[in-house]
Amino acid sequence: MMSVLGSFPLFITVLISLFLTGVSLPEKLVPYWPDWIVLVLIYWGMARPGRVSVFFGWFIGLLVDVMHGSLLGQNALALTLISYIVNILHLRMRMFPLLQQSFFIVMLVALHLGITAWIRGMTGEFVITPLYWMPAFVSGVVWPVLFITLRDVRRSGMKR
Amino acid sequence: MSNPLSRLSTAPPVTLRVLILVVASIALMLIDNRTQQLEKLRTSLHTLVYPVIFLSTIPGDAVNSLTRSMQKHSSLQEENEKLKQENLYYKSRFEKLYALEADIERLKRLLGQSEELAEKILLAELVEVSLEPYTQQIVLNKGTSDDVYIGQPVINGEGVIGQVVHTSHLQSIVTLLTDPDSAVPVMVMRNGLRGIMRGTGVTDKLKLPYLTADADILVGDLLISSGMGGRFPTGYPVATITAIERDPSLEFLNIVATPVARLDHGREVLLIWPGNEQPAETVPEVTEESAPPMAVPLLDGEQQP
Repeated sequence: MMSVLGSFPLFITVLISLFLTGVSLPEKLVPYWPDWIVLVLIYWGMARPGRVSVFFGWFIGLLVDVMHGSLLGQNALALTLISYIVNILHLRMRMFPLLQQSFFIVMLVALHLGITAWIRGMTGEFVITPLYWMPAFVSGVVWPVLFITLRDVRRSGMKR
Repeated sequence: MSNPLSRLSTAPPVTLRVLILVVASIALMLIDNRTQQLEKLRTSLHTLVYPVIFLSTIPGDAVNSLTRSMQKHSSLQEENEKLKQENLYYKSRFEKLYALEADIERLKRLLGQSEELAEKILLAELVEVSLEPYTQQIVLNKGTSDDVYIGQPVINGEGVIGQVVHTSHLQSIVTLLTDPDSAVPVMVMRNGLRGIMRGTGVTDKLKLPYLTADADILVGDLLISSGMGGRFPTGYPVATITAIERDPSLEFLNIVATPVARLDHGREVLLIWPGNEQPAETVPEVTEESAPPMAVPLLDGEQQP
């Protein structure tokens, strides 16, 4: 019973992150849009490693592939690996101060972007511009705010 | 340092699961890259996330309708007047086309070609959803429920835009001409020289590779769809040549072109169903005439010659 109630904030925030990934933006803004999916997955991977497994990451990645019309398995692979890293390191990451967490987030989002670019380069033509890496830094900047918000959401969910 | 106990209890199964999922992802990518077999899975997953996709179209649509409602009344009237004149002009041209179409069909029948010019056309609107960053793709609000199929040509009033790559029940994804994966068989309208138009990933820039140095092609030439490969019907404007580079050390010309249709303008496009609806079947039909009669299923029309 507890786990069902506690899972409610998890699913809502994951759905919101999918929504934010799908929202159409003016072309100029695209590089400055944080990687919401990865941020939310990392948060829940840290907070509830038992619930947010690698399979969860894989499945969400598959949904992103379908939404984005990209090669099926591309985001699934990247998000599986990110979930795995978070799963191994979640105890250590909880101990990090927020700034250090942000730094780690930049690296994880860059990993997501890197895997995606690598696969796209292998299956077609893809040129990486410096702006391509921008979402990693923006995600790192957004992380502290998101972390505190999601923690409050999770705690309010637990009290109910 | 992490708790050694927790690592002991979780590490082996997690690693195994990750390995399985990584292999599964790679298998999916290999299959998806080479075949169309995963389209069913894609369609059903799309239906599953459709509520989220639908919600994410709302902000974009709201911005659009807001900008539209902010247009002044006078400018709308002006536009209306202009469109009326255009409509009249096209109507008069269209009447002429009717006669020409009948002529062409008669001539084609004389030549023994069964190809029809008649095409079904459906208006589709762009959906405000973001796709993978830096791809040249758009989403349309028509899907398999309107008989949209993979490989279907998409045009607008100006020329060819691209072709459908994924479909779901209510939406479809279209690869634009400028996508690096896009390839459209074209010919030069002036002399019928054939080639394949490829995207570059850069907006408004296309290339026409594999034309040799002695090819008869000039800057400003109009390229139209050649109908080769059976996907695109013949005769739609695709691009104009903007630059030709002759490098003596290279075997082929370096040709750059711009799409005729402005790909990033307008919210409405047209889906075409070419007259001969199953292009793949026209190929065996042609060879049937020369094939031994015993192999052909008995049809009254075909026994006569």
